[in-house]
Amino acid sequence: MQWPPPWRRSPLVSATPPPGPTTGLLCPRRVSEAGDSSTEGARTGHSHYVTPAESAMERRSQPFPSLRPASPTNAPAHGRGSDCTAKEPPLANVCRQNYGAAQDPVEPAGRRSASHVTGSSLGKAEVACGRRWRWAELVANSSWSPAGRATEMKVKMLSRNPDNYVRETKLDLQRVPRNYDPALHPFEVPREYVRALNATKLERVFAKPFLASLDGHRDGVNCLAKHPENLATVLSGACDGEVRIWNLTQRNCIRTIQAHEGFVRGICTRFCGTSFFTVGDDKTVKQWKMDGPGCGDEEEPLHTILGKTVYTGIDHHWKEAVFATCGQQVDIWDEQRTNPICSMTWGFDSISSVKFNPIETFLLGSCASDRNIVLYDMRQATPLKKVILDMRTNTICWNPMEAFIFTAANEDYNLYTFDMRALDTPVMVHMDHVSAVLDVDYSPTGKEFVSASFDKSIRIFPVDKSRSREVYHTKRMQHVICVKWTSDSKYIMCGSDEMNIRLWKANASEKLGVLTSREKAAKDYNQKLKEKFQHYPHIKRIARHRHLPKSIYSQIQEQRIMKEARRRKEVNRIKHSKPGSVPIVSEKKKHVVAVVK
Amino acid sequence: MTANRLAESLLALSQQEELADLPKDYLLSESEDEGDNDGERKHQKLLEAISSLDGKNRRKLAERSEASLKVSEFNVSSEGSGEKLVLADLLEPVKTSSSLATVKKQLSRVKSKKTVELPLNKEEIERARTPLEQEIFNLLHKNKQPVTDPLLTPVEKASLRAMSLEEAKMRRAELQRARALQSYYEAKARREKKIKSKKYHKVVKKGKAKKALKEFEQLRKVNPAAALEELEKIEKARMMERMSLKHQNSGKWAKSKAIMAKYDLEARQAMQEQLSKNKELTQKLQVASESEEEEGGTEDVEELLVPDVVNEVQMNADGPNPWMLRSCTSDTKEAATQEDPEQLPELEAHGVSESEGEERPMAEEEILLREFEERRSLRKRSELSQDAEPAGSQETIDSGSQEVLSELRVLSQKLKENHQSRKQKASSEGTIPQVQREEPAPEEEEPLLLQRPERVQTLEELEELGKEECFQNKELPRPVLEEQQSERTPNNRPDAPKEKKKKEQMIDLQNLLTTQSPSVKSLAVPTIEELEDEEERNHRQMIKEAFAGDDVIRDFLKEKREAVEASKPKDVDLTLPGWGEWGGVGLKPSAKKRRRFLIKAPEGPPRKDKNLPNVIINEKRNIHAAAHQVQVLPYPFTHHWQFERTIQTPIGSTWNTQRAFQKLTTPKVVTKPGHIINPIKAEDVGYRSSSRSDLSVIQRNPKRITTRHKKQLKKCSVD
Repeated sequence: MQWPPPWRRSPLVSATPPPGPTTGLLCPRRVSEAGDSSTEGARTGHSHYVTPAESAMERRSQPFPSLRPASPTNAPAHGRGSDCTAKEPPLANVCRQNYGAAQDPVEPAGRRSASHVTGSSLGKAEVACGRRWRWAELVANSSWSPAGRATEMKVKMLSRNPDNYVRETKLDLQRVPRNYDPALHPFEVPREYVRALNATKLERVFAKPFLASLDGHRDGVNCLAKHPENLATVLSGACDGEVRIWNLTQRNCIRTIQAHEGFVRGICTRFCGTSFFTVGDDKTVKQWKMDGPGCGDEEEPLHTILGKTVYTGIDHHWKEAVFATCGQQVDIWDEQRTNPICSMTWGFDSISSVKFNPIETFLLGSCASDRNIVLYDMRQATPLKKVILDMRTNTICWNPMEAFIFTAANEDYNLYTFDMRALDTPVMVHMDHVSAVLDVDYSPTGKEFVSASFDKSIRIFPVDKSRSREVYHTKRMQHVICVKWTSDSKYIMCGSDEMNIRLWKANASEKLGVLTSREKAAKDYNQKLKEKFQHYPHIKRIARHRHLPKSIYSQIQEQRIMKEARRRKEVNRIKHSKPGSVPIVSEKKKHVVAVVK
Repeated sequence: MTANRLAESLLALSQQEELADLPKDYLLSESEDEGDNDGERKHQKLLEAISSLDGKNRRKLAERSEASLKVSEFNVSSEGSGEKLVLADLLEPVKTSSSLATVKKQLSRVKSKKTVELPLNKEEIERARTPLEQEIFNLLHKNKQPVTDPLLTPVEKASLRAMSLEEAKMRRAELQRARALQSYYEAKARREKKIKSKKYHKVVKKGKAKKALKEFEQLRKVNPAAALEELEKIEKARMMERMSLKHQNSGKWAKSKAIMAKYDLEARQAMQEQLSKNKELTQKLQVASESEEEEGGTEDVEELLVPDVVNEVQMNADGPNPWMLRSCTSDTKEAATQEDPEQLPELEAHGVSESEGEERPMAEEEILLREFEERRSLRKRSELSQDAEPAGSQETIDSGSQEVLSELRVLSQKLKENHQSRKQKASSEGTIPQVQREEPAPEEEEPLLLQRPERVQTLEELEELGKEECFQNKELPRPVLEEQQSERTPNNRPDAPKEKKKKEQMIDLQNLLTTQSPSVKSLAVPTIEELEDEEERNHRQMIKEAFAGDDVIRDFLKEKREAVEASKPKDVDLTLPGWGEWGGVGLKPSAKKRRRFLIKAPEGPPRKDKNLPNVIINEKRNIHAAAHQVQVLPYPFTHHWQFERTIQTPIGSTWNTQRAFQKLTTPKVVTKPGHIINPIKAEDVGYRSSSRSDLSVIQRNPKRITTRHKKQLKKCSVD
């Protein structure tokens, strides 16, 4: 048994006559009882089929006898429309009325209200317009009838006050006849939950992050650089000394330079975007023009600096004509000179990477293979301080939105986010990779960063989370050596061993291209819903689900076991030794060996 | 069977013939021997004919049970020769060889040598020295007991000699018959063993058990000592059962059943059966009591209150209040000490005119009997055993004690009946007030009753109820009570069905829980119960102290009533005031109209806790919803209401205005596509900046440094 009974749900609906003809081609039309009484068949309930045009014709020929209110005074709720009733509705209106003409603000209100009085659309309009319409019962005097009977009949008709929905000026807000009474919109939480669930599912359905693969290099891609002014231009250096400049929109290579003998170790662009620098295994630093040479000209560097040692990395100052290289020591160069302004060393190991701070532009960070991360101030002759970790750091990257924060990609599979003012404890340890992390790059929003790993995958970490929110991998992608987040924060590029540069979406399920405002609103709403209900087990499970290659998966399992074993051992050691003799070291502090100033 | 009968008759016939043939003289002469031989042959033939009757011509191994001259080639016997075989003959080769001569010599030497004699061996026995020895010797000689060779007494020898031929033949025939019977029996057993039907075996087992029970009863009457031994055996079996994991629903079969039990009613029943079997097997039997042991016995009964942890699988769901249990068990000891002296006067007062010494064993018997009844009631809970038992009891009506016994039996049976129809207990008149107050339990397991929440006892009538339940289950030794009861209800026994019908109607549970009980205690409750009362009173006192000031039960009932009301489907009133009649303030739609537009809610299915007065089962709870609920409070929240509040605030445009919706759904970070986001500058965040040059990133809530972080920084700056 149905509960509540169907006729209980809306008393309004039950009172309506059977629906009249819609705009369909052939629809049964019951001639209204209040209408022409000439056809006996209609009265007894027979119905004949008419097309809309026919019906319009019919209506035109008839003077809308009973449906017309007898006088304006008889229809108090009729409002402005009463003066128009004498007019015949135009043919176009006859068709439109069925769609609920209320949506059309251009149409004169009076005509609209008149058109709604036609019997055929009565039921439909009622249902569609709901409580916005008011019923007006009219008493029509049918003195026109051929029978000459003076009958009084009740006519139900709709009318509404345009003051309720018509703007006074164009600049006014649209009035939205909308009732926000919470009693009318029950089950908020379950409904939103279902929406969130659907949004989560759709997100997973549309999660197709891979966009393109840029192939052309003839050896592994060793370094990547973004153009500071142009989003579409990307530079890459390969292990065979070749530098390529790519156009991302066309997804092709626009220029190829044989820059060095051996590896291109580092590449960086000048802040203005007119030239770029490369360093290679041939102990040279070369500056190149961003634009290609003229037709027939040789590819020639603007400047070439011959060094004494191999340079392993290069970075350009964000505002001034100064760049820094690293190798045996960190050298800071003036672009105009062939000798470094200053050289800074601390220890004797080779330095793998140097990075300028994008906000506090005089600061530099470098990481060396003696497990150090060293910070420098360009204005001083000596390094500032260094932190020694358990294992060597491959690269560091500064947060572009927070001056003191940088993240280090470490050999021990983890990434460490440090506050440079308090190096003894990392702000966050990011762990998810199952092999050495080779490169890291921040999103320009500073909320997330992407890391490239030797385990053939790249992962996206939120800055304040220790676990990654996304992992990208493909079957053919080998060890990922370098990774960059594009300056509009929408894409990620990664260069890997197997000579390809891959382009990914930063947000796997994001729709590319221009969004309409409604799409955008829906997207935002869905995003918020997902956020709101993220802790619900069902949603969480769906949102967290990722496919992983078998190798990574099994390694994760393995490392989980190892970690658990280590933890157990530690717990046992603490348990079985004198209380206080074995200190409890947090995961964050565990990996920092020392801070030296 | 018929073949067997035939064979027997044939045998008897042949024997008669033989008897006729044989002369009276029992000395065996040659001729007679021959005659005998003749008879023997005849008999042999006959046997062969019989065996050929049986389809298979099986050759049986000839067995020699008595002397016969017939020598079959298949079974060699040394009968015929009459010569004595000596070892030397066997050792001798057919042809003498020199090699064996030495061995022979050795053997002869060994033979010739006398064994060493123990000094005390012969003379001591033969010569009686002391008067005692002489006396014994005399005695032995008088009876012609063999002194030296203890094989056969002279009397036996004489009797052997005196055994006539006919007798020997009869004996032989007997033996043969016995053998035949045995083989038949074996064949039958084999056949039965092969039957695969479980039901058959079950029936057989049950029958056997019944038989054993009957025998035991018989034994108890005839020989109480042997019965005791039997009882001990049972006890031992119980111990074994307790030790083993059998019937604990832990075996492979049981596990598979447990999986199926969810879907299969039969499997569930099987599991239950096993469990009940286990319970039954591990049920503590009361040891027949000596005067000191009686205390122990009652204690055991009390111990039954505590559910056995190992066995009570399904009991653990809502265990009894340990507090209550503790008090119960602790109180029993004191009570039990008082029990004995009070009980005895009762017995005496009852006019069993027997001495104290005789009364004791009678009590023992009673206890035994009662135990037995209990066991049987356990076993035959399902089947009707009403007719069998009185039959057993009627056999021995010779003494006053036996009369008492029989009465007791009937009573206990009645109790059992009650037990069976516990579910449909009727609140009949004052015939059996105790029975009335019994409560319907959901299942047939007795310990379930023990599981009832004890807080019910705070009310008087419920206390009574609980006690009654306890008695029902424990079946305490209370002959007097039962007798009294039987006297009070003499006409109850004949019209048992009628009584049952009365019980058919349900007890009103609400009444049961709330109404005051009629004070029948003075009449019906015997001394033991009063004792119980005392301990119970202490107990109650304790509870009262603990729950002083709150009427737990009333509260619970109220709660339950509310829950029931809330779960009922509501009527729908669709009357529209002012529709079709005058409306306004103070005017109500007419009753007729209201009646017309009132939609009666359909009667829902009966509640699951309808018959459980002390349980509220929430039927609305949906276990499937649990998968969609957050189990653990998520990280940033410190209290669940914070989290709930965030969830309960809708953010959709269905519930919010457009503006609010937009505000609520704006992401934290908005980026413009196609715009380069440059690193932040000091002017962007600081107060120095007038306007941001780059608007590609709009950050709504820039990240604040956490307090911890700040602390850290401070510490570093101090360094």
